[in-house]
Amino acid sequence: MPEYERWSEARTNAIIAEHAGEPGATLPILHALQEVFGHVPVEAEPLVAAALNLSRAEVHGIVTFYHDFRRHAPGRHVLRLCRAEACQAAGGEALATEVRRRHGIDWHATTPDGALTLEPVFCLGLCACAPAAMLDGEVLGRLDEATLDEALECVA
Amino acid sequence: MGLIQEIDYGTKPSAATAMVTLSIDGQRVTVPEGTSLMRAAMEAGIKVPKLCASDMLDSFGSCRMCLVEIDGRAGTPSSCTTPVAEGLVVHTQSPNLARLRRGVMELYISDHPLDCLTCSANGNCELQDTAGEVGLREVRYGYGGANHLDARVDASNPYFQFDPAKCIVCSRCVRACEEVQGTFALTIGGRGFESHVAAGMDESFLTSECVSCGACVQACPTATLMEKSVVELGQPEHSAVTTCAYCGVGCSFKAEMRGDTLVRMVPYKDGKANRGHSCVKGRFATGYANHPDRILKPMLRAKVTDPWREVSWNEAIAHVASEFRRIQAQHGVGAVGGITSSRCTNEETYLVQKLVRAGFGNNNVDTCARVCHSPTGYGLKTTYGTSAGTQDFDSVEHADVVMTIGANPTDAHPVFASRLKKRLRQGAKLIVIDPRRIDLVRTPHVAATHHLALRPGTNVAVLTAIAHVIVTEKLVNEAFVRERCDLATFAEWAEFVADPSRSPEATEAVTGVPAATLRAAARLYATGGNAAIYYGLGVTEHSQGSTAVMAIANLAMATGNLGRPGVGVNPLRGQNNVQGSCDMGSFPHELPGYRHISDAATRRSFEARWGVILDPEPGLRIPNMFDAALDGSFRGLYVQGEDIVQSDPDTHHVTAGLAAMECVVVQDLFLNETANWAHVFLPGSTFLEKDGTFTNAERRIGRVRRVMAPKAGYADWEITQLIARAMGMAMDYEHPSEIMDEIAALTPTFAGVSYAKLDRLGSVQWPCNEKAPEGTPVMHIGGFARGLGNFVVTEYVPTDEKVGPRFPLLLTTGRILSQYNVGAQTRRTANAVWHQEDRLEIHPHDAEERGIRDGDWVRVASRAGETSLRAHITDRVAPGVVYTTFHHPATQANVVTTDYSDWATNCPEYKVTAVQVSPSNGPSAWQAEYDAFTRQSRRIAAE
Repeated sequence: MPEYERWSEARTNAIIAEHAGEPGATLPILHALQEVFGHVPVEAEPLVAAALNLSRAEVHGIVTFYHDFRRHAPGRHVLRLCRAEACQAAGGEALATEVRRRHGIDWHATTPDGALTLEPVFCLGLCACAPAAMLDGEVLGRLDEATLDEALECVA
Repeated sequence: MGLIQEIDYGTKPSAATAMVTLSIDGQRVTVPEGTSLMRAAMEAGIKVPKLCASDMLDSFGSCRMCLVEIDGRAGTPSSCTTPVAEGLVVHTQSPNLARLRRGVMELYISDHPLDCLTCSANGNCELQDTAGEVGLREVRYGYGGANHLDARVDASNPYFQFDPAKCIVCSRCVRACEEVQGTFALTIGGRGFESHVAAGMDESFLTSECVSCGACVQACPTATLMEKSVVELGQPEHSAVTTCAYCGVGCSFKAEMRGDTLVRMVPYKDGKANRGHSCVKGRFATGYANHPDRILKPMLRAKVTDPWREVSWNEAIAHVASEFRRIQAQHGVGAVGGITSSRCTNEETYLVQKLVRAGFGNNNVDTCARVCHSPTGYGLKTTYGTSAGTQDFDSVEHADVVMTIGANPTDAHPVFASRLKKRLRQGAKLIVIDPRRIDLVRTPHVAATHHLALRPGTNVAVLTAIAHVIVTEKLVNEAFVRERCDLATFAEWAEFVADPSRSPEATEAVTGVPAATLRAAARLYATGGNAAIYYGLGVTEHSQGSTAVMAIANLAMATGNLGRPGVGVNPLRGQNNVQGSCDMGSFPHELPGYRHISDAATRRSFEARWGVILDPEPGLRIPNMFDAALDGSFRGLYVQGEDIVQSDPDTHHVTAGLAAMECVVVQDLFLNETANWAHVFLPGSTFLEKDGTFTNAERRIGRVRRVMAPKAGYADWEITQLIARAMGMAMDYEHPSEIMDEIAALTPTFAGVSYAKLDRLGSVQWPCNEKAPEGTPVMHIGGFARGLGNFVVTEYVPTDEKVGPRFPLLLTTGRILSQYNVGAQTRRTANAVWHQEDRLEIHPHDAEERGIRDGDWVRVASRAGETSLRAHITDRVAPGVVYTTFHHPATQANVVTTDYSDWATNCPEYKVTAVQVSPSNGPSAWQAEYDAFTRQSRRIAAE
């Protein structure tokens, strides 16, 4: 289970400084920030912009283009359920409905106890093992309610 | 007179020389290699439907409207991104293309409000036009699906609104902000269906990085980005091309009108100074023209403590004439004079100096260029033989190294700055010499290779040290010097600069510029390819202003950076017509065309035309006028369109001089600060209300065209003519074109200029005569105007204005983007949202030492006076340096500046004043007193 640091400007600037010299440093910096803080808050955008001599708008455009950059810190566990065609065809929609009902959260939300964040994903490349998901970075295949519950309990 | 419609070719022209021939819809078309199919078609008169393409932008290929078919090639490529090729057979129309285009348009319209009749773009909407062109008849998807129709309007910018419900996400605004303006304030946020235009980080336009240049509004093909004036007034119905009346860039605009109401100013693509771009001032800040503060009736008063009395034009003009004649009878011919305006047209300026020389019978005429670029005139004339910059603005597109000195283009010359930044993004290198870390030092996608943050007042030491490096490291372009320059003066200069006492190491302690940085910058300038210098008032407004200009001229000659595109010495002129006012003989010692009044042959030509005998002695300069007023020998002054009280240094001295005069005549739009000391007020006209010409910083003479009648009854040139006639002169021009004809007849560098030629060519750059009938974009090609280039020894002499225990900080002054000079115009527009007051920039160390927090009121005191304003703490300024703007009369920054001035031209030393800064409770006693006096002085008696 990943442990994320609380966002801080000083730490952000330190991370930026590590990568600022690289060619095309924006994405490596954003990834590094998400790895450390679990998300890329909007407050980080002007810092990245200033360091790389970009405008705030440019950095904002990049961050918001990629769904994988989160704007808020996630819960302790992140479940990403595939909603692409193959998984839908194999019962993914029903599974998604059940997960949302059971945990009382919609897409992109975190349970009130901070345990679980639910995110949609459009294809993990596991169509042969649909329906698929990714839990804290581990891929899971041929899921149903039971196997998904089991996986969630394992990490709880 | 209709609305001027400029053709949008969809993509930029190709600069290639090789030609390609192809067939488009059965027409043979020959265009330069690299031209897009879209442009090739458009040049042949075939319009391909388009939404995301514009010839101001690089092609993008996203809207899928401009698809074409090419024989032998598969698919339907977009014509904006497909270059021409020899022998192609292209079809822009086919049943298949029609079906595709309709399909795409159907998708656009399924998420677009159907409110065309009430939409502000109605009548001028590219989306509507294109829907018409592709024959859209139905939207099968309905309008009830997911859409963006409820998106909120952002009206935060005072001049335009952003209505995302109408946006088709073509990215033209985002690309215009990046490619044309170079600010990168806009982006596309999100992706897919969520894609949307975002300002900054999805903030309001006002809080984003937007500088309100208007490029996005101009680029928008829908009503998404729209001028609020169009929303309010409707689409314009006619227009005229004119020249902006703000800075010396001299942008060309279409003044778009409804009747005699100005709807909007739109930059004109054929304008050679701006190439279709604009800044917040020229594009939007025209509200002053209709401001209730404008005075529309002539006024008189016996004493400046009396309220003003509105009078007829006849009474006012008769009073001026009789008072001036009375003063001359009692105190001598030389007891009166005039000041011409760099805000007025060439023709108007010419008439004022003609009135003074031929009517007053003396040469007591001067102009505000005295306080800005007079050292440029002196310095460039001495070294090259012409009092003007050497290049056109297009030249920057060929520069490899650009050195800016004492100039802040992104604030003061924004459209040039955009052109410069574009070149820098293409890889040109930048050297900034400025005490402040101006935006160009580091701004998105632009960074100076070297920033020489010198101590204010040490320009000459720095420039001479650069010359030292060039000479001692053998970087001189010897072939150029041998062929083009005076070798004797070169040898003397080279020996002078090579002296070890002038090395970067020896002068480092004085200038504050590390020797290694200076050496690197010198090497880059001398060896980096085409090197161009752009400089501003940070060079001229010093006790050694003229010396610094000549030091710059020396550098360009020594490195051979003259006489071709991409190089040169370019003064960035402050005012719209400061070049023109100097050209027109505004200085007391020079007749039009920079010919000395003592030159009998020149004088004779004017005498013959004017029918008078001219005084061969130069008259009084502005500061001398005040001195003479205080000793009683100068008592009457005609000031056309200049606020000397606010803009000239040492305000106390200026006002004392004015108070000592018997008849001060102010001709202006507003009761400016100078009018507080005036006895006669003559209401002037804006640039929208008269015909004429302005000459910009690149010597470009552009037409000013009248789009409305003068609100007070007369254009400024007509008022001067009324005074002249009342004083007994024969002056009867029917139209400013006749004045230009007289200028051309008497001035060799203008001999080929006429309104007919300006109408034909759009604009011309002087010299324009038999040798150069279409003008001269780049000067000194093959030889200098004076013959051989003249090197001048530039000994650094520190200013007498020195810091010491009482005044330990150096104050320097400048401009900000949204305001213009004394602010008489821009303060009376919505630009006030960006800059409501002048602030004092102070380094955190200096602030902390004095217990000053950001936003605190501080007192700034110098030997000359003191004022109070709020502090802004920033490391943009170095420790020991403070900075402020001079846009607001409440601050009166020039109360603090001293009467030190340039040794050669009396240009004031605005850029260096030793001051002390201390916490304060609010405005100074003097400011309160002045405010009370101003209120008193501006009273107008009830009828």
